[in-house]
Amino acid sequence: MNTAGATEPMLKVNDLHAFYGKSHVLRGVNMEIMPGEVIALLGRNGVGRSTTAKAIMGEIAPRGEIIFKGEVISGLESHRIAHLGLGYVPESRDIFPAMTVRQNLILGIKNMKAPGKYSVDDMLDMFPNLRARADNPAGVLSGGEKQMLTMCRTLMGDPELIIIDEPTEGLAPKIVQQIGDMIAEIAKTGVSILLVEQKLSIALRIADRVYVMGHGEIVYGGTPDEFKARDDIKKEWLEV
Amino acid sequence: METFVPSLLNGVIYGLLLFMLSSGLTLIFSMMGVLNFAHASFYMLGAYFAYTITQSTNFWFALILAPILAGLVGAGVEKWGLRKVHANGHVAELLFTFGLAYLIDEIVKIIWGRNAVNYRIPEALDFTIFRLYGSDYPAYRIFMLFVAISMLVALWFLLKKTRAGLIIQAALTHPHMVGHLGHNVPRIFMTVFGAGCALAGLAGVIGGNYLVTEPSMAVLMGPIVFVVVVVGGMGSLEGAFIASILLGLLQTLAISVDTTFGEIFGFLGLSGTSEVGSISIASLAPMIPFLMLVLILMIRPRGLMGDREF
Repeated sequence: MNTAGATEPMLKVNDLHAFYGKSHVLRGVNMEIMPGEVIALLGRNGVGRSTTAKAIMGEIAPRGEIIFKGEVISGLESHRIAHLGLGYVPESRDIFPAMTVRQNLILGIKNMKAPGKYSVDDMLDMFPNLRARADNPAGVLSGGEKQMLTMCRTLMGDPELIIIDEPTEGLAPKIVQQIGDMIAEIAKTGVSILLVEQKLSIALRIADRVYVMGHGEIVYGGTPDEFKARDDIKKEWLEV
Repeated sequence: METFVPSLLNGVIYGLLLFMLSSGLTLIFSMMGVLNFAHASFYMLGAYFAYTITQSTNFWFALILAPILAGLVGAGVEKWGLRKVHANGHVAELLFTFGLAYLIDEIVKIIWGRNAVNYRIPEALDFTIFRLYGSDYPAYRIFMLFVAISMLVALWFLLKKTRAGLIIQAALTHPHMVGHLGHNVPRIFMTVFGAGCALAGLAGVIGGNYLVTEPSMAVLMGPIVFVVVVVGGMGSLEGAFIASILLGLLQTLAISVDTTFGEIFGFLGLSGTSEVGSISIASLAPMIPFLMLVLILMIRPRGLMGDREF
Protein backbone atom coordinates (compact mmCIF):
# COMPACT_ATOMS: atom_id res chain seq x y z
CA MET A 1 0.00 0.00 0.00
CA ASN A 2 3.10 2.16 0.14
CA THR A 3 2.55 5.31 -1.92
CA ALA A 4 5.13 5.20 -4.71
CA GLY A 5 7.63 7.99 -4.69
CA ALA A 6 7.02 9.18 -1.15
CA THR A 7 10.35 9.61 0.55
CA GLU A 8 9.49 11.50 3.73
CA PRO A 9 8.02 9.41 6.53
CA MET A 10 4.58 10.45 7.72
CA LEU A 11 5.50 9.57 11.30
CA LYS A 12 9.02 9.42 12.62
CA VAL A 13 9.82 8.38 16.18
CA ASN A 14 13.38 9.09 17.36
CA ASP A 15 14.80 7.69 20.60
CA LEU A 16 11.47 7.72 22.43
CA HIS A 17 11.55 7.15 26.19
CA ALA A 18 8.61 7.02 28.59
CA PHE A 19 8.18 6.35 32.28
CA TYR A 20 5.40 5.10 34.53
CA GLY A 21 6.43 6.58 37.85
CA LYS A 22 10.00 5.39 38.26
CA SER A 23 9.77 2.46 35.89
CA HIS A 24 11.48 3.09 32.58
CA VAL A 25 9.00 1.56 30.09
CA LEU A 26 10.22 2.84 26.71
CA ARG A 27 13.98 2.75 26.27
CA GLY A 28 14.70 4.46 22.98
CA VAL A 29 12.05 3.45 20.43
CA ASN A 30 12.84 4.31 16.80
CA MET A 31 10.33 3.79 13.99
CA GLU A 32 9.07 5.27 10.74
CA ILE A 33 5.75 5.04 8.97
CA MET A 34 5.50 6.12 5.33
CA PRO A 35 2.33 7.68 3.88
CA GLY A 36 -0.27 5.00 3.15
CA GLU A 37 1.72 2.30 4.90
CA VAL A 38 0.31 -0.32 7.27
CA ILE A 39 2.73 -1.21 10.06
CA ALA A 40 2.15 -4.01 12.53
CA LEU A 41 3.77 -3.58 15.93
CA LEU A 42 4.32 -7.01 17.44
CA GLY A 43 5.62 -8.17 20.78
CA ARG A 44 4.72 -9.89 24.00
CA ASN A 45 2.48 -8.30 26.61
CA GLY A 46 4.17 -5.63 28.67
CA VAL A 47 7.00 -4.79 26.28
CA GLY A 48 5.73 -1.26 25.75
CA ARG A 49 3.63 -1.41 22.57
CA SER A 50 0.55 0.29 24.09
CA THR A 51 2.82 2.73 25.89
CA THR A 52 4.38 3.64 22.53
CA ALA A 53 0.88 4.35 21.18
CA LYS A 54 -0.03 6.44 24.24
CA ALA A 55 3.23 8.39 24.08
CA ILE A 56 2.70 9.21 20.39
CA MET A 57 -0.87 10.32 21.14
CA GLY A 58 0.17 12.58 24.02
CA GLU A 59 -1.60 10.57 26.70
CA ILE A 60 1.63 10.04 28.62
CA ALA A 61 4.59 12.42 28.60
CA PRO A 62 7.19 11.33 26.02
CA ARG A 63 10.93 11.99 26.05
CA GLY A 64 12.56 12.02 22.67
CA GLU A 65 11.30 13.25 19.34
CA ILE A 66 8.06 12.39 17.55
CA ILE A 67 7.57 14.03 14.15
CA PHE A 68 4.28 13.86 12.28
CA LYS A 69 4.13 15.32 8.76
CA GLY A 70 7.28 17.30 9.46
CA GLU A 71 5.99 18.79 12.69
CA VAL A 72 7.33 17.91 16.14
CA ILE A 73 4.33 16.65 18.14
CA SER A 74 6.07 15.33 21.27
CA GLY A 75 4.80 17.37 24.20
CA LEU A 76 1.65 18.62 22.45
CA GLU A 77 -1.77 18.15 24.06
CA SER A 78 -3.87 15.21 22.79
CA HIS A 79 -6.46 17.33 21.01
CA ARG A 80 -3.79 19.23 19.06
CA ILE A 81 -2.21 15.95 17.96
CA ALA A 82 -5.66 14.73 16.86
CA HIS A 83 -6.25 17.90 14.86
CA LEU A 84 -2.98 17.39 12.97
CA GLY A 85 -4.46 14.16 11.58
CA LEU A 86 -3.60 11.38 14.02
CA GLY A 87 -6.42 9.08 15.07
CA TYR A 88 -6.32 6.62 17.96
CA VAL A 89 -8.36 3.53 18.70
CA PRO A 90 -7.30 2.49 22.20
CA GLU A 91 -7.19 -1.04 23.52
CA SER A 92 -9.94 -0.20 26.03
CA ARG A 93 -12.13 0.91 23.07
CA ASP A 94 -13.64 3.64 25.25
CA ILE A 95 -17.02 3.96 23.62
CA PHE A 96 -19.39 6.26 25.51
CA PRO A 97 -21.78 3.60 26.82
CA ALA A 98 -24.72 5.78 27.85
CA MET A 99 -24.83 7.54 24.47
CA THR A 100 -26.37 6.09 21.33
CA VAL A 101 -24.30 4.70 18.47
CA ARG A 102 -25.21 7.79 16.44
CA GLN A 103 -24.14 10.16 19.23
CA ASN A 104 -20.84 8.29 19.58
CA LEU A 105 -20.21 8.84 15.88
CA ILE A 106 -21.16 12.54 16.10
CA LEU A 107 -18.54 13.00 18.81
CA GLY A 108 -15.91 11.74 16.38
CA ILE A 109 -16.38 14.88 14.26
CA LYS A 110 -13.61 17.30 15.22
CA ASN A 111 -15.14 20.42 13.79
CA MET A 112 -18.82 20.75 12.86
CA LYS A 113 -18.04 23.65 10.50
CA ALA A 114 -15.65 21.48 8.51
CA PRO A 115 -16.87 17.87 8.77
CA GLY A 116 -14.76 15.10 7.28
CA LYS A 117 -15.33 12.99 4.20
CA TYR A 118 -17.64 10.56 6.00
CA SER A 119 -21.07 11.46 7.37
CA VAL A 120 -22.77 9.53 10.16
CA ASP A 121 -25.04 7.97 7.54
CA ASP A 122 -22.08 6.86 5.42
CA MET A 123 -20.74 4.96 8.42
CA LEU A 124 -24.11 3.38 9.18
CA ASP A 125 -24.48 2.39 5.51
CA MET A 126 -21.10 0.68 5.57
CA PHE A 127 -21.89 -1.22 8.76
CA PRO A 128 -25.42 -2.62 8.80
CA ASN A 129 -24.86 -3.98 12.33
CA LEU A 130 -24.39 -0.45 13.58
CA ARG A 131 -27.32 0.85 11.49
CA ALA A 132 -29.64 -1.62 13.23
CA ARG A 133 -28.58 -0.26 16.61
CA ALA A 134 -28.03 3.37 15.66
CA ASP A 135 -30.36 4.71 18.34
CA ASN A 136 -29.50 2.20 21.06
CA PRO A 137 -27.05 3.01 23.83
CA ALA A 138 -23.59 1.92 22.72
CA GLY A 139 -23.14 0.06 26.01
CA VAL A 140 -25.39 -2.78 24.79
CA LEU A 141 -23.28 -3.57 21.70
CA SER A 142 -21.26 -6.79 21.44
CA GLY A 143 -17.47 -6.64 21.71
CA GLY A 144 -17.02 -6.75 17.93
CA GLU A 145 -19.61 -4.06 17.35
CA LYS A 146 -17.97 -1.85 19.97
CA GLN A 147 -14.67 -2.27 18.15
CA MET A 148 -16.28 -1.34 14.83
CA LEU A 149 -17.95 1.68 16.43
CA THR A 150 -14.65 2.86 17.91
CA MET A 151 -12.92 2.62 14.55
CA CYS A 152 -15.82 4.36 12.77
CA ARG A 153 -15.86 7.10 15.40
CA THR A 154 -12.17 7.74 14.79
CA LEU A 155 -12.72 7.74 11.00
CA MET A 156 -15.33 10.50 11.44
CA GLY A 157 -12.43 12.80 12.32
CA ASP A 158 -10.71 12.15 8.96
CA PRO A 159 -7.34 10.98 10.29
CA GLU A 160 -4.37 10.47 7.98
CA LEU A 161 -2.77 7.95 10.33
CA ILE A 162 -4.64 5.73 12.76
CA ILE A 163 -3.04 3.92 15.67
CA ILE A 164 -5.16 0.86 16.44
CA ASP A 165 -4.30 -0.93 19.68
CA GLU A 166 -5.21 -4.63 20.02
CA PRO A 167 -8.47 -4.43 18.04
CA THR A 168 -9.17 -8.16 18.11
CA GLU A 169 -8.51 -8.84 21.77
CA GLY A 170 -11.25 -10.91 23.39
CA LEU A 171 -13.22 -11.37 20.15
CA ALA A 172 -14.51 -14.59 18.57
CA PRO A 173 -12.45 -15.90 15.57
CA LYS A 174 -15.15 -15.02 13.04
CA ILE A 175 -15.31 -11.44 14.34
CA VAL A 176 -11.51 -11.23 14.35
CA GLN A 177 -11.65 -11.97 10.62
CA GLN A 178 -14.22 -9.16 10.08
CA ILE A 179 -12.17 -6.63 12.05
CA GLY A 180 -9.12 -7.61 9.99
CA ASP A 181 -11.10 -7.02 6.78
CA MET A 182 -12.28 -3.67 8.08
CA ILE A 183 -8.72 -2.53 8.81
CA ALA A 184 -7.66 -3.65 5.33
CA GLU A 185 -10.55 -1.62 3.87
CA ILE A 186 -9.51 1.47 5.83
CA ALA A 187 -5.96 1.04 4.54
CA LYS A 188 -7.25 0.93 0.94
CA THR A 189 -8.61 4.47 1.35
CA GLY A 190 -5.00 5.65 1.72
CA VAL A 191 -4.96 6.07 5.50
CA SER A 192 -1.72 4.96 7.19
CA ILE A 193 -2.15 2.50 10.04
CA LEU A 194 -0.03 1.54 13.00
CA LEU A 195 -1.55 -1.71 14.19
CA VAL A 196 -0.62 -3.02 17.62
CA GLU A 197 -1.56 -6.70 17.36
CA GLN A 198 -0.76 -10.04 18.96
CA LYS A 199 -2.32 -12.28 16.33
CA LEU A 200 0.23 -12.93 13.61
CA SER A 201 -2.46 -14.19 11.21
CA ILE A 202 -4.09 -10.73 11.10
CA ALA A 203 -0.91 -8.69 11.35
CA LEU A 204 0.96 -10.48 8.57
CA ARG A 205 -2.08 -10.45 6.27
CA ILE A 206 -2.59 -6.69 6.45
CA ALA A 207 0.82 -5.18 7.14
CA ASP A 208 3.34 -3.78 4.65
CA ARG A 209 6.04 -3.94 7.32
CA VAL A 210 6.33 -5.29 10.84
CA TYR A 211 8.23 -4.07 13.86
CA VAL A 212 8.90 -6.35 16.83
CA MET A 213 9.26 -4.81 20.25
CA GLY A 214 11.06 -6.23 23.27
CA HIS A 215 12.05 -4.65 26.58
CA GLY A 216 10.94 -1.16 25.59
CA GLU A 217 12.67 -0.91 22.24
CA ILE A 218 12.31 -2.06 18.63
CA VAL A 219 14.29 -5.28 18.19
CA TYR A 220 13.39 -6.13 14.60
CA GLY A 221 11.92 -4.47 11.50
CA GLY A 222 11.14 -6.00 8.11
CA THR A 223 8.48 -7.02 5.58
CA PRO A 224 6.06 -9.82 6.48
CA ASP A 225 7.88 -12.20 4.12
CA GLU A 226 11.27 -11.41 5.62
CA PHE A 227 9.79 -11.79 9.09
CA LYS A 228 8.23 -15.19 8.30
CA ALA A 229 11.71 -16.54 7.59
CA ARG A 230 13.07 -15.36 10.95
CA ASP A 231 12.22 -18.13 13.37
CA ASP A 232 14.91 -16.86 15.71
CA ILE A 233 13.10 -13.53 16.14
CA LYS A 234 9.76 -15.26 16.67
CA LYS A 235 11.27 -17.60 19.22
CA GLU A 236 13.13 -14.97 21.16
CA TRP A 237 10.58 -12.15 21.17
CA LEU A 238 7.11 -13.50 20.46
CA GLU A 239 6.58 -17.06 21.57
CA VAL A 240 5.44 -17.52 25.10
CA MET B 1 -53.87 22.58 54.87
CA GLU B 2 -53.29 26.31 55.45
CA THR B 3 -49.69 25.65 56.46
CA PHE B 4 -49.14 22.61 54.25
CA VAL B 5 -49.65 24.14 50.80
CA PRO B 6 -47.44 27.23 51.33
CA SER B 7 -44.83 25.00 52.96
CA LEU B 8 -44.96 22.66 50.00
CA LEU B 9 -44.36 25.56 47.62
CA ASN B 10 -41.59 26.96 49.82
CA GLY B 11 -40.03 23.51 50.00
CA VAL B 12 -39.97 23.17 46.23
CA ILE B 13 -38.42 26.64 45.87
CA TYR B 14 -35.77 25.89 48.50
CA GLY B 15 -35.16 22.52 46.81
CA LEU B 16 -34.65 24.18 43.43
CA LEU B 17 -32.23 26.65 45.01
CA LEU B 18 -30.32 23.67 46.41
CA PHE B 19 -30.32 22.09 42.96
CA MET B 20 -28.82 25.25 41.47
CA LEU B 21 -25.89 24.70 43.82
CA SER B 22 -25.72 20.93 43.73
CA SER B 23 -25.97 20.60 39.92
CA GLY B 24 -22.73 22.55 39.51
CA LEU B 25 -21.08 20.70 42.36
CA THR B 26 -22.01 17.29 41.01
CA LEU B 27 -20.71 18.14 37.50
CA ILE B 28 -17.47 19.38 39.03
CA PHE B 29 -17.28 16.23 41.15
CA SER B 30 -17.58 14.05 38.02
CA MET B 31 -14.71 15.99 36.52
CA MET B 32 -12.32 16.15 39.48
CA GLY B 33 -13.28 13.00 41.33
CA VAL B 34 -13.40 14.93 44.61
CA LEU B 35 -15.92 17.29 46.18
CA ASN B 36 -15.16 20.97 45.80
CA PHE B 37 -15.20 22.41 49.32
CA ALA B 38 -15.22 25.93 47.94
CA HIS B 39 -18.43 25.49 45.94
CA ALA B 40 -20.67 27.33 48.39
CA SER B 41 -18.12 30.16 48.44
CA PHE B 42 -19.13 30.94 44.86
CA TYR B 43 -22.74 31.07 46.04
CA MET B 44 -21.61 33.67 48.57
CA LEU B 45 -19.59 35.56 45.95
CA GLY B 46 -22.68 35.66 43.72
CA ALA B 47 -24.70 37.28 46.51
CA TYR B 48 -22.00 39.83 47.34
CA PHE B 49 -21.33 40.67 43.68
CA ALA B 50 -25.08 41.17 43.23
CA TYR B 51 -25.18 43.44 46.30
CA THR B 52 -22.37 45.63 44.93
CA ILE B 53 -23.79 45.74 41.40
CA THR B 54 -27.22 46.61 42.77
CA GLN B 55 -25.70 49.56 44.62
CA SER B 56 -24.62 51.28 41.41
CA THR B 57 -27.18 49.91 38.94
CA ASN B 58 -30.14 47.67 39.69
CA PHE B 59 -31.10 44.09 40.51
CA TRP B 60 -31.65 43.08 36.88
CA PHE B 61 -28.09 43.93 35.92
CA ALA B 62 -26.92 42.00 38.94
CA LEU B 63 -29.00 38.99 37.96
CA ILE B 64 -27.04 38.73 34.70
CA LEU B 65 -23.65 40.09 35.68
CA ALA B 66 -23.03 38.57 39.13
CA PRO B 67 -23.25 34.90 37.98
CA ILE B 68 -20.97 35.73 35.04
CA LEU B 69 -18.42 37.26 37.41
CA ALA B 70 -18.64 34.27 39.77
CA GLY B 71 -18.19 32.00 36.74
CA LEU B 72 -15.12 33.92 35.56
CA VAL B 73 -13.55 33.70 39.02
CA GLY B 74 -14.31 29.96 38.96
CA ALA B 75 -12.80 29.50 35.49
CA GLY B 76 -9.69 31.36 36.64
CA VAL B 77 -9.38 29.17 39.71
CA GLU B 78 -9.57 26.05 37.50
CA LYS B 79 -7.14 27.31 34.88
CA TRP B 80 -4.43 28.77 37.10
CA GLY B 81 -4.93 26.79 40.29
CA LEU B 82 -6.74 23.50 40.21
CA ARG B 83 -5.28 22.32 36.90
CA LYS B 84 -1.77 22.43 38.36
CA VAL B 85 -2.85 20.81 41.62
CA HIS B 86 -4.74 18.04 39.78
CA ALA B 87 -1.45 16.43 38.72
CA ASN B 88 -0.66 15.76 42.38
CA GLY B 89 -3.76 13.70 43.06
CA HIS B 90 -7.06 13.86 44.86
CA VAL B 91 -5.85 14.70 48.35
CA ALA B 92 -4.02 17.74 47.03
CA GLU B 93 -7.14 18.83 45.13
CA LEU B 94 -9.35 18.41 48.18
CA LEU B 95 -6.97 20.42 50.35
CA PHE B 96 -6.72 23.08 47.66
CA THR B 97 -10.50 23.61 47.59
CA PHE B 98 -10.54 23.55 51.39
CA GLY B 99 -7.96 26.35 51.50
CA LEU B 100 -9.76 28.22 48.76
CA ALA B 101 -13.02 28.23 50.75
CA TYR B 102 -11.30 29.90 53.69
CA LEU B 103 -9.44 32.28 51.40
CA ILE B 104 -12.70 33.46 49.79
CA ASP B 105 -14.26 33.76 53.27
CA GLU B 106 -11.51 36.06 54.43
CA ILE B 107 -11.49 38.10 51.22
CA VAL B 108 -15.24 38.64 51.55
CA LYS B 109 -14.78 39.81 55.16
CA ILE B 110 -12.02 42.23 54.14
CA ILE B 111 -14.00 43.74 51.26
CA TRP B 112 -17.57 43.73 52.59
CA GLY B 113 -17.07 43.53 56.36
CA ARG B 114 -17.98 40.97 58.97
CA ASN B 115 -21.64 41.89 59.28
CA ALA B 116 -24.51 41.14 56.94
CA VAL B 117 -24.91 43.60 54.04
CA ASN B 118 -28.18 45.24 53.12
CA TYR B 119 -28.87 43.21 49.96
CA ARG B 120 -32.62 43.40 49.48
CA ILE B 121 -35.34 42.05 47.30
CA PRO B 122 -35.93 44.57 44.45
CA GLU B 123 -38.94 46.82 44.93
CA ALA B 124 -40.47 45.69 41.65
CA LEU B 125 -40.79 42.17 43.10
CA ASP B 126 -41.62 43.15 46.67
CA PHE B 127 -45.37 42.61 46.71
CA THR B 128 -47.95 39.95 47.42
CA ILE B 129 -48.70 37.89 44.37
CA PHE B 130 -51.64 35.93 45.77
CA ARG B 131 -53.30 34.98 49.02
CA LEU B 132 -52.99 31.37 50.00
CA TYR B 133 -55.35 30.11 52.74
CA GLY B 134 -55.56 33.58 54.24
CA SER B 135 -51.85 34.43 54.21
CA ASP B 136 -49.94 36.60 51.74
CA TYR B 137 -47.56 34.85 49.37
CA PRO B 138 -44.58 37.00 48.28
CA ALA B 139 -44.04 37.52 44.56
CA TYR B 140 -40.28 37.15 44.96
CA ARG B 141 -40.62 33.48 45.82
CA ILE B 142 -42.51 32.87 42.60
CA PHE B 143 -39.73 34.77 40.80
CA MET B 144 -37.18 32.41 42.39
CA LEU B 145 -39.26 29.48 41.21
CA PHE B 146 -39.29 30.92 37.69
CA VAL B 147 -35.52 31.53 37.58
CA ALA B 148 -34.78 28.07 38.98
CA ILE B 149 -37.04 26.29 36.50
CA SER B 150 -35.61 28.30 33.59
CA MET B 151 -32.12 27.28 34.67
CA LEU B 152 -33.19 23.65 35.01
CA VAL B 153 -34.65 23.57 31.49
CA ALA B 154 -31.62 25.37 30.02
CA LEU B 155 -29.19 22.95 31.71
CA TRP B 156 -31.17 19.92 30.61
CA PHE B 157 -31.36 21.18 27.02
CA LEU B 158 -27.65 22.01 26.89
CA LEU B 159 -26.49 18.66 28.29
CA LYS B 160 -28.95 16.32 26.59
CA LYS B 161 -29.79 17.99 23.30
CA THR B 162 -26.64 19.68 22.03
CA ARG B 163 -23.36 18.30 20.73
CA ALA B 164 -21.50 20.51 23.18
CA GLY B 165 -23.47 18.84 25.99
CA LEU B 166 -22.58 15.38 24.65
CA ILE B 167 -18.90 16.34 24.51
CA ILE B 168 -19.07 17.60 28.11
CA GLN B 169 -20.71 14.39 29.32
CA ALA B 170 -18.21 12.23 27.46
CA ALA B 171 -15.29 14.31 28.76
CA LEU B 172 -16.44 13.80 32.35
CA THR B 173 -16.25 10.01 32.04
CA HIS B 174 -13.60 9.46 29.32
CA PRO B 175 -11.35 12.55 29.27
CA HIS B 176 -8.44 10.89 27.43
CA MET B 177 -10.61 9.48 24.64
CA VAL B 178 -12.40 12.78 24.14
CA GLY B 179 -9.00 14.46 23.80
CA HIS B 180 -7.92 11.89 21.18
CA LEU B 181 -11.07 12.71 19.20
CA GLY B 182 -9.79 16.29 18.93
CA HIS B 183 -11.80 18.04 21.64
CA ASN B 184 -9.97 20.44 23.93
CA VAL B 185 -10.55 18.73 27.28
CA PRO B 186 -8.70 21.28 29.46
CA ARG B 187 -10.92 24.00 28.01
CA ILE B 188 -14.04 21.86 28.54
CA PHE B 189 -13.05 21.34 32.19
CA MET B 190 -12.45 25.04 32.68
CA THR B 191 -15.87 25.77 31.19
CA VAL B 192 -17.61 23.17 33.35
CA PHE B 193 -15.96 24.52 36.49
CA GLY B 194 -16.79 28.08 35.51
CA ALA B 195 -20.39 27.24 34.60
CA GLY B 196 -20.85 25.32 37.87
CA CYS B 197 -19.56 28.34 39.79
CA ALA B 198 -21.82 30.63 37.75
CA LEU B 199 -24.84 28.51 38.73
CA ALA B 200 -23.78 28.73 42.37
CA GLY B 201 -23.41 32.48 41.84
CA LEU B 202 -26.93 32.65 40.41
CA ALA B 203 -28.24 30.85 43.48
CA GLY B 204 -26.46 33.51 45.54
CA VAL B 205 -28.03 36.35 43.55
CA ILE B 206 -31.58 35.11 44.04
CA GLY B 207 -31.02 33.49 47.45
CA GLY B 208 -28.82 36.13 49.08
CA ASN B 209 -31.62 38.67 49.38
CA TYR B 210 -34.24 36.06 50.22
CA LEU B 211 -32.07 34.70 53.05
CA VAL B 212 -29.22 36.85 54.42
CA THR B 213 -26.02 37.98 52.68
CA GLU B 214 -23.30 37.56 55.30
CA PRO B 215 -19.80 36.04 55.51
CA SER B 216 -21.12 32.88 57.16
CA MET B 217 -23.58 32.07 54.35
CA ALA B 218 -21.11 29.77 52.57
CA VAL B 219 -20.35 27.84 55.75
CA LEU B 220 -24.06 27.43 56.44
CA MET B 221 -24.99 26.34 52.91
CA GLY B 222 -21.90 24.26 52.03
CA PRO B 223 -22.59 21.19 54.16
CA ILE B 224 -26.21 20.99 53.00
CA VAL B 225 -25.14 21.01 49.34
CA PHE B 226 -22.64 18.24 50.11
CA VAL B 227 -25.46 16.20 51.61
CA VAL B 228 -27.55 16.69 48.47
CA VAL B 229 -24.74 15.48 46.22
CA VAL B 230 -23.96 12.43 48.36
CA VAL B 231 -27.61 11.49 48.94
CA GLY B 232 -28.43 11.96 45.24
CA GLY B 233 -25.43 9.87 44.21
CA MET B 234 -22.04 11.31 43.36
CA GLY B 235 -21.94 12.56 39.79
CA SER B 236 -25.65 12.05 39.06
CA LEU B 237 -27.60 15.16 38.03
CA GLU B 238 -30.92 13.33 38.26
CA GLY B 239 -30.00 12.16 41.75
CA ALA B 240 -28.98 15.68 42.78
CA PHE B 241 -32.34 16.95 41.56
CA ILE B 242 -34.36 14.37 43.49
CA ALA B 243 -32.27 14.85 46.63
CA SER B 244 -32.54 18.66 46.38
CA ILE B 245 -36.32 18.60 46.19
CA LEU B 246 -36.57 15.91 48.86
CA LEU B 247 -34.36 17.83 51.25
CA GLY B 248 -36.09 21.13 50.47
CA LEU B 249 -39.49 19.63 51.22
CA LEU B 250 -38.42 17.71 54.33
CA GLN B 251 -36.72 20.71 55.90
CA THR B 252 -39.48 23.18 55.08
CA LEU B 253 -42.28 20.86 56.12
CA ALA B 254 -40.53 19.94 59.37
CA ILE B 255 -40.18 23.62 60.29
CA SER B 256 -43.90 24.12 59.77
CA VAL B 257 -44.85 21.28 62.12
CA ASP B 258 -45.63 22.71 65.55
CA THR B 259 -46.13 19.33 67.17
CA THR B 260 -43.81 18.33 70.03
CA PHE B 261 -42.72 14.81 70.90
CA GLY B 262 -44.82 15.16 74.05
CA GLU B 263 -47.96 15.45 71.97
CA ILE B 264 -46.98 12.42 69.88
CA PHE B 265 -46.25 10.43 73.06
CA GLY B 266 -49.61 11.54 74.46
CA PHE B 267 -51.31 10.40 71.27
CA LEU B 268 -49.63 7.00 71.64
CA GLY B 269 -50.78 6.80 75.27
CA LEU B 270 -47.31 7.47 76.71
CA SER B 271 -46.31 10.17 79.16
CA GLY B 272 -45.73 13.51 77.43
CA THR B 273 -43.97 15.27 80.25
CA SER B 274 -40.41 13.99 79.88
CA GLU B 275 -37.52 16.21 78.62
CA VAL B 276 -37.78 14.54 75.21
CA GLY B 277 -41.46 15.48 75.20
CA SER B 278 -40.71 19.20 75.07
CA ILE B 279 -38.66 18.88 71.84
CA SER B 280 -40.62 20.07 68.82
CA ILE B 281 -40.45 18.49 65.37
CA ALA B 282 -39.56 21.94 63.96
CA SER B 283 -36.40 22.07 66.05
CA LEU B 284 -35.20 18.89 64.34
CA ALA B 285 -35.26 20.50 60.88
CA PRO B 286 -31.57 21.53 60.82
CA MET B 287 -30.63 17.95 61.72
CA ILE B 288 -32.50 16.33 58.84
CA PRO B 289 -29.85 16.76 56.10
CA PHE B 290 -27.10 15.24 58.22
CA LEU B 291 -29.33 12.42 59.41
CA MET B 292 -30.01 11.67 55.75
CA LEU B 293 -26.27 11.77 54.99
CA VAL B 294 -25.41 9.33 57.77
CA LEU B 295 -28.27 6.98 56.90
CA ILE B 296 -27.62 6.93 53.16
CA LEU B 297 -23.93 6.18 53.67
CA MET B 298 -24.90 3.24 55.89
CA ILE B 299 -27.74 1.85 53.80
CA ARG B 300 -27.01 2.84 50.20
CA PRO B 301 -23.50 4.23 49.84
CA ARG B 302 -23.82 4.99 46.13
CA GLY B 303 -26.72 7.35 46.83
CA LEU B 304 -30.17 7.38 45.27
CA MET B 305 -29.06 7.47 41.61
CA GLY B 306 -25.27 7.29 41.66
CA ASP B 307 -23.22 4.56 40.07
CA ARG B 308 -20.04 4.86 42.04
CA GLU B 309 -19.22 4.12 45.64
CA PHE B 310 -16.53 5.72 47.70
